[in-house]
Amino acid sequence: MKIIVCIKQVPDTKGGVKFNPDGTLDRAGMLAIMNPDDKAGLEAALRLKDEYGAEVTVLTMGLPKAADALREALAMGADKAILVTDRVLGGADTWATSTTIAGAIRNLEYDLIITGRQAIDGDTAQVGPQIAEHLGIPVISYAQDIKIEGDKVVVQRQYDDRYHVLEAQMPCLITALSELNEPRYMTPGGIFDACKAEIITWGRKDLVDVDDSNLGLAGSPTKIAKASDKVRKGAGEKVVPESPEDAVSYIVGKLDEKHII
Amino acid sequence: MNLEEYKGVYVFAQQVDNVIGSISFELLGKGRELAADLGTDVTAVLIGYQVKDLADQLAEYGADKVIVVDDPELETYRTEPYAQALAGVINEFKPEIMLVGATAIGRDLGPTVSARVATGLTADCTKLDIGDFPLTPIPGKEQLHNQLLMTRPAFGGNTIATIACPNNRPQMATVRPGVMQKITPVAGAKAEVIEYNPGITVNNKFVTIKEVVKAVSNTVDIMDAKILVSGGRGVGSPENFKLLDDLAEAIGGTVSCSRAVVDAGWKPKDLQVGQTGKTVRPNVYFAIGISGAIQHVAGMEESYIIIAINKDEDAPIFDVADYGVVRDLNKIVPQLTEAIKAAKANK
Repeated sequence: MKIIVCIKQVPDTKGGVKFNPDGTLDRAGMLAIMNPDDKAGLEAALRLKDEYGAEVTVLTMGLPKAADALREALAMGADKAILVTDRVLGGADTWATSTTIAGAIRNLEYDLIITGRQAIDGDTAQVGPQIAEHLGIPVISYAQDIKIEGDKVVVQRQYDDRYHVLEAQMPCLITALSELNEPRYMTPGGIFDACKAEIITWGRKDLVDVDDSNLGLAGSPTKIAKASDKVRKGAGEKVVPESPEDAVSYIVGKLDEKHII
Repeated sequence: MNLEEYKGVYVFAQQVDNVIGSISFELLGKGRELAADLGTDVTAVLIGYQVKDLADQLAEYGADKVIVVDDPELETYRTEPYAQALAGVINEFKPEIMLVGATAIGRDLGPTVSARVATGLTADCTKLDIGDFPLTPIPGKEQLHNQLLMTRPAFGGNTIATIACPNNRPQMATVRPGVMQKITPVAGAKAEVIEYNPGITVNNKFVTIKEVVKAVSNTVDIMDAKILVSGGRGVGSPENFKLLDDLAEAIGGTVSCSRAVVDAGWKPKDLQVGQTGKTVRPNVYFAIGISGAIQHVAGMEESYIIIAINKDEDAPIFDVADYGVVRDLNKIVPQLTEAIKAAKANK
């Protein structure tokens, strides 16, 4: 079985976000990590490899430094890593990104493609389903469990108040939730090998069946009109009451004032 | 693509088990405002099996027209037949705006359909306006009017971006549930009902539903609650949520929680407030033992009154709270419950 895992290197938003003086995001000042949902997708692929035997290829589109995320994936146990990078691909929205990644994947054989549900920088959850659409294969989003049965994949697909157990014919694309699993750590041997491993690098010319008009900033249907640091609601009052009784009468007073009770 | 051919504001009327989701009414409410600005009308796209009877409800919440795609293949949501239905409607009727709820269904259907009809899609919008693109005139560049300006948070709610889709139609957005306002339903309102089936074709992209497992939950949907008593990791244990249950009961509210509580397995996912949970805007939001990570705040900052109780005076929740109390919740919440009971008994 051949599995492709699409990953993205993202700024770690957990510890807050840093801005340049001009209001743009200070990406250089933030830690770059493998997107958490993608890491869960990689772990799911590695578990399928452990159980059924599989070749796991990780693929990313990004700046050259995104190779770091690929090396982490290799150190976790992926077999092959591909970096798709080219100046003409910069500024892509989800349409142009999914077009690019589909163009790269057309070079490869695969039974299963796994992506994360969404990346923590854009939070769109769009690239996975759009890759499947471009490749003409079934998509199952929001996977919370993945099993292989012969040439089919059986997936628990999460919804708001339920889940569906879905069966799809492979090849198929699955988007993984970070709840799917607890990703493994890199092994010392894996880190050693990953440092020496070759990262296959592809550019625009390596994309199959892709029109220039669908790439990068120019090929993106959506355009940013304005971006800004979010204006937050200001803080109200903060009190440190002497006693629990004072705290309670403070809260009850406010509730009464606002006609809540 | 001749952009002039595309007319009207369309809304995907999501239904599950033949019950229309609240998000559909919210989209209709927003859709009416956008349509008024554009001088056009609002059409709901109702996709399912034996769903035609639901059209009247959509009319009551503001739909001028309802396009019904009814097919046995559409009984339960699956990506491919629903994508065929919605893409078929878009190709046939050519809307200029197509709104979809940013639900677990819409965030799957939206990207698939936008890729199929070759247009842009802006995810999880929290604000939609009609305006100019570019926002201010740029010499040498044509300024387009009557564009859909889609505003959304990114980077975990740290930044906010306004996005346009100037050269493709429809302009598609998924819209975060709980943000847009429904109109007061107009009893007896009728819409023009158009039955249309583009023909659902079984292909390799169809998946088989082997089982549907519904979460057992008898709780009120936290998005509908007027008062939420929300607990975080600081509550300490699942047992200690009893304090919050009691407070909620006394004040007539509902218990919700932060992601940490769901991740710890103390509460089910449908009670989670925040970026990866639900967006809520109750009249009163009690944040109890919640530190206030930005992802949590993104889901509750629109609440009318926010009352925070946390023993850590540096907790970021105090930056958004209207009333913050720096004390141990275990010492306060039980007394608060009793005080509220007493206050209510005296009225």
